[in-house]
Amino acid sequence: MKAVISVIGRDSVGIIAKVSAECAACGVNILDISQTVLKGYFTMIMITDIQTITVPFTEFIDRMNALGKENGLEIHAMHEDIFNTMHKI
Amino acid sequence: MPEHENILETLNMIREECLDIRTITMGVSLWDCRATAPGLLADQVYDKIMYSAKDLVRTGCELEKMYGIPIVNKRVSVTPIAMLCGGLNRDGAVLLAKTLDRAAHELGINFIGGYSALVQKGFTNGSRVLIDAIPEALTATERVCSSVNVASTKAGINMDAVREMGNIIKETAYLTRDNGSIGCAKLVIFANAPEDNPFMAGAFHGIGEPETVINVGVSGPGVVASAIRRAGNCNLSELAELIKKTAFKITRVGQLIAREASKRLGAPFGIVDLSLAPTPAVGDSVAHILESMGLEQCGGPGTTAALAMLNDAVKKGGVMASSQVGGLSGAFIPVSEDAGMIAAARSGALCLEKLEAMTAVCSVGLDMIAIPGDTSAAVISGIIADEISIGVANTKTTAVRLIPAYGCKVGDTVSFGGLLGEAPIMPVRNQSPEVFLARGGHVPAPIHSLKN
Repeated sequence: MKAVISVIGRDSVGIIAKVSAECAACGVNILDISQTVLKGYFTMIMITDIQTITVPFTEFIDRMNALGKENGLEIHAMHEDIFNTMHKI
Repeated sequence: MPEHENILETLNMIREECLDIRTITMGVSLWDCRATAPGLLADQVYDKIMYSAKDLVRTGCELEKMYGIPIVNKRVSVTPIAMLCGGLNRDGAVLLAKTLDRAAHELGINFIGGYSALVQKGFTNGSRVLIDAIPEALTATERVCSSVNVASTKAGINMDAVREMGNIIKETAYLTRDNGSIGCAKLVIFANAPEDNPFMAGAFHGIGEPETVINVGVSGPGVVASAIRRAGNCNLSELAELIKKTAFKITRVGQLIAREASKRLGAPFGIVDLSLAPTPAVGDSVAHILESMGLEQCGGPGTTAALAMLNDAVKKGGVMASSQVGGLSGAFIPVSEDAGMIAAARSGALCLEKLEAMTAVCSVGLDMIAIPGDTSAAVISGIIADEISIGVANTKTTAVRLIPAYGCKVGDTVSFGGLLGEAPIMPVRNQSPEVFLARGGHVPAPIHSLKN
C-alpha cells in the first residue's frame, strides 16, 4: 500500500527534512521524491510505502496537515488508489 | 506507482476545478416497519433508519480523508413513504415526515429522500394521504425531500395527479412563504423516476432495491469545462472524445468511493450516477461548459445541440468507468444551483421554454426554477404536463421542481442558501390550460413504433 504526499507553498530551508522526519517518525518509507521550485514556490510530490506505518493512516494524514499549517505550506497525504483508479483501466 | 503527471492532474482537478463526490446516498428499505398504529410505525421507521445508517457519516468522512477528495453530502433515501401510509390519516403522514427529519438531524445528514408516492397509473389510499400531507410535511421539516412520480412511458400520464400537484406546489409555496417558498425546492414531480437515484430532492429507495444499498453521485462540471478550455480550437469529434475521457476519470473516482463505502458499511454497491451536478460555486457550472464549447451564452441558439453532445459524451465515458451505472446519469441543469444558468436567466438569454427544450436531451428536467408567486396552479400543472410528456414520449426521466416564490415577481431574486443557491424569478406564459386539465383522466402510454 502506498500513499502520495503533496507539498505546495513558499520555498524555505528544510521543507524536505521536516516532511521526511515526520514520515520516519510514523514508520512511512519514502520511495520517490520529485521536487521543483518555480518563482519561489516549492512543489513536491513524494511517493511513500505505508506498509510499515506505525499510526493509523488517518492520523498520519492529520499530522501531515498540521505540519503544513505550522510551516505555512499545504501538505496532503492521500491513498494511492485515487490516482491509480482514475488513470489506469 | 502512480505517474507524477497523473498525480498533478488529479490534484489539480480536486483543488482547482471543484472535483468532488457529490453524494453517498444509502438506500434503506422500510418494508419491515409496516404497522397501522402511527406511533409504532414512526418508531419503527426511526429505529430502522438509525440502525442502518448509523455509520454513514463517519464512513463518508473517513473516505474523504483517506482519498483526499471532498464527499460533499452523505444522505439517506427510503422506501416511498406512501407505501406505509395506507392505514394513516394526514396527521399520521406528517408524523412520518417529522420522524424522517428527526433521523436526518440525528444522523448528521443534510437530506433524507423518499417522502414519495408513485401514482403513474392511479392513487392508492396511501398515496392520496401522502400527497395531501406534502405541503404541511415540507413546512414542518427541514431535511425531508419529497417526490411524486405522475407518469411513465409504460403507464402514460396520470393527469389527475398532474392537476393535483399544481395545487400542492402552490400550497407548499404559501406555507413556506417566510423562507422564499423553500418547501418547493424539496419537491419533485417525475416521469419515469429512477429507483436508484442518489441525488436529492428526487431520491427514494425503489421497491426492487435490496434491504440497504450504496449509491454514489459524482460531480465535476469544472473539470470538464477546464479540459475543454485547455483543448483550444479542436473540432467537435475531438471535443466529444475529450469529454468522454474526462467523464471516465471523474466516474472512476465515484466507483472507488462507492466500492469502499459499500465494503465498510456492509451494504451492497448499487450504482454510480454519472451526472454532471453543478453547484453555485465559481467554476462548477454546466452552463459554463456549454459556453466553453463556444456558445456566447447558455440559452442562446446552439444550446440544445451542445448540451445533447455533452450529455452523450458524459454517458459514454462514464459507462466504461463503472461496473454499474444508474440513477439520473446525465448533465443537470438546475437554474438556481448553477452560476452560469443564474447569469443566463438574469440576462434573459435563458427562458423557460429553452430550458424545456434542453431537458429533452439531458438529465432531469425543469429544475430549481423560480417563477412569479402569482402563477396559477393550473399554469404550474400545465408546465408539469408539458415536461412530463417529454419524458414519457422519449422514454427518459424528466422532472419538475418549480418554486412559485410567494410575493415575488419577475426581476426579483429568491435565495435558498447553500447548495440550493439563488434563483432569479423567470417569466411564465400565463395562458390558462384550465379546461384541458379539468378533463382529468389518463393520457395513454405512447406507441413505440411508427417513430417520427
